[in-house]
Amino acid sequence: MYEKDGEKYFVVDEHIHFWDASPENTTNKYGEGFIKCFYDYHANLSPDEYTWSFEKYRKYSEEDIIHDLFEVGHVDMGIFQSTYLRDFYDNGFNTLERNSALAEKYPGKFIVNGSFEPRMEQQALEMLEREHEQYDLKGVKLYTAEWRGDSRGWKLDDEWSVKCLEKCEELGIKNVHVHKGPTIWPLNRDSFDVADVDRVATMFPDLNFVVEHVGLPRLEDFCWIGTQEPNVYGGLAVAMPFIHAKPRYFAQIIGELLYWLGEDRIMFASDYALWQPKWLVEKFVDFRYPEDAEFDDYAEITPDVKRKILGLNAAKLYDIQVPEEMQLVTAGQDTGFDVTEKPEVAG
Amino acid sequence: MIEQHQVLDALSGVRDPELDEPITDLEFVSGLEIKDGSVFVRLRLPTYFCAPNFSYLMVADAKEAVLSVPGVEKARVVLEDHYASDEINAGVNDERGFDRAFEGETEGPDLESLRTTFHRKAFVSRQEQLCRTLLADGNSPAELAEMTLNDVPPSPEFETYLERRAELGLDASAEAPLIVDPDGNRVPRDAVVQHLRFARLTRVSIEGNAGLCRGLLATRYGENSGITRQIG
Repeated sequence: MYEKDGEKYFVVDEHIHFWDASPENTTNKYGEGFIKCFYDYHANLSPDEYTWSFEKYRKYSEEDIIHDLFEVGHVDMGIFQSTYLRDFYDNGFNTLERNSALAEKYPGKFIVNGSFEPRMEQQALEMLEREHEQYDLKGVKLYTAEWRGDSRGWKLDDEWSVKCLEKCEELGIKNVHVHKGPTIWPLNRDSFDVADVDRVATMFPDLNFVVEHVGLPRLEDFCWIGTQEPNVYGGLAVAMPFIHAKPRYFAQIIGELLYWLGEDRIMFASDYALWQPKWLVEKFVDFRYPEDAEFDDYAEITPDVKRKILGLNAAKLYDIQVPEEMQLVTAGQDTGFDVTEKPEVAG
Repeated sequence: MIEQHQVLDALSGVRDPELDEPITDLEFVSGLEIKDGSVFVRLRLPTYFCAPNFSYLMVADAKEAVLSVPGVEKARVVLEDHYASDEINAGVNDERGFDRAFEGETEGPDLESLRTTFHRKAFVSRQEQLCRTLLADGNSPAELAEMTLNDVPPSPEFETYLERRAELGLDASAEAPLIVDPDGNRVPRDAVVQHLRFARLTRVSIEGNAGLCRGLLATRYGENSGITRQIG
């Protein structure tokens, strides 16, 4: 919970990790390149006082994550987005098992999402069932650019992915987090393309599709899909830290998201340990648009809009109880597109 | 004798397809050696995992640009510090092509449809930048809808817009309407505001990505460490 100027905010951090990219766990040059690339994101966009050494960044401790999220970070609930990357890291990068062990130790603090691997075909379905039985999953995180043997990725509407999504529906795993990355089969297509999200969102109207990083670097394609599909949401991981390093760009992203998606479908995330929630939450609560004609026509970001983005929207998707004093003060603004109305624009 | 600035001028015609900016301005050129008629260029990118298709396009385009400089007989362009450096460098310099460089990982022979997708985005973004300056000068959206290219006063934004427009093969004659969609169809008067609204989103996305990539490159290699053109 964060309180400022008499306003209280319930905070759900919908995208966090407890990863192990230590040299001992790193399998090959790709795993080495992956964590270095992650570190550059961290170093480039963090304030100096929140920038870690590369050594600490590769593998941080249980004490670090508890401290950074709950002791100082204002977070009420953190959602682990398990990401395996078994071709890069011997024991995986950030697995369901590792995350769940921590969640069990700190009850009421974490929700742990699983994943599925459609390239395992029939086994993927069985594994999903088993993991759901063991961990009572509320969501899955899918990284479509993940390598597996010779494969450089997959699409959400691939045959076995659709079967896995049917299985999610059947098991009541209703939140599907989608993370696009730089590789996908076939390599001559745009790997960041979010058109497959559009297709599965139409096929599975009862599932919620949370596009991580609000579709970046394809913000425009993501927003367009958001105007067509009411069950598509945007997670702010990676977009949030621009609030410090590139505040004008952050203001534009938020303004655009409010225009196209509306205040009910955007969710806060730190992507910890890429960035730390403390400074992100504090800067977001203080956030105002720059005073400049470019921002004149964007919807206002009231404390209630901030409350929704920081926690209430994610709380709704994950049935998290929010104390009365941190609920909305007023009725919502009318932001975002009426998804029944499909404007004609050529892209 | 081939001068460095000639090669850099040629390289400045190569753009990052996603960011719509010259690779020289983005500081992607990290090395340039000229020996008689042979030119060797080293390129680098903001991350180890930058998308391999765009990376390939830039390396291939850079090689072609260097070969276009009078006097250049041989050109070798290599991408460094990338997960697929070996495949890309072999594909471009041995002229094997993208699909053979990534055997079994592609579908179809080339990257041209990918390139077109991003030319369309760049066109939309540049149109919005131009229209923004015209609106700031006091024109209304309805007036913009009626304007032809002939009605637009000269400006750097207009020049870039015309280049992107020509790249898509769209009508760029004086009587052609100013605001057209990426297929060349005139945008009707009552749709112009919404059209520009979406164009703005595209521009915000491209500009933001460019800002992020510059930052990541600077974190990876240090500020001002690339070989850039001397302006003036």
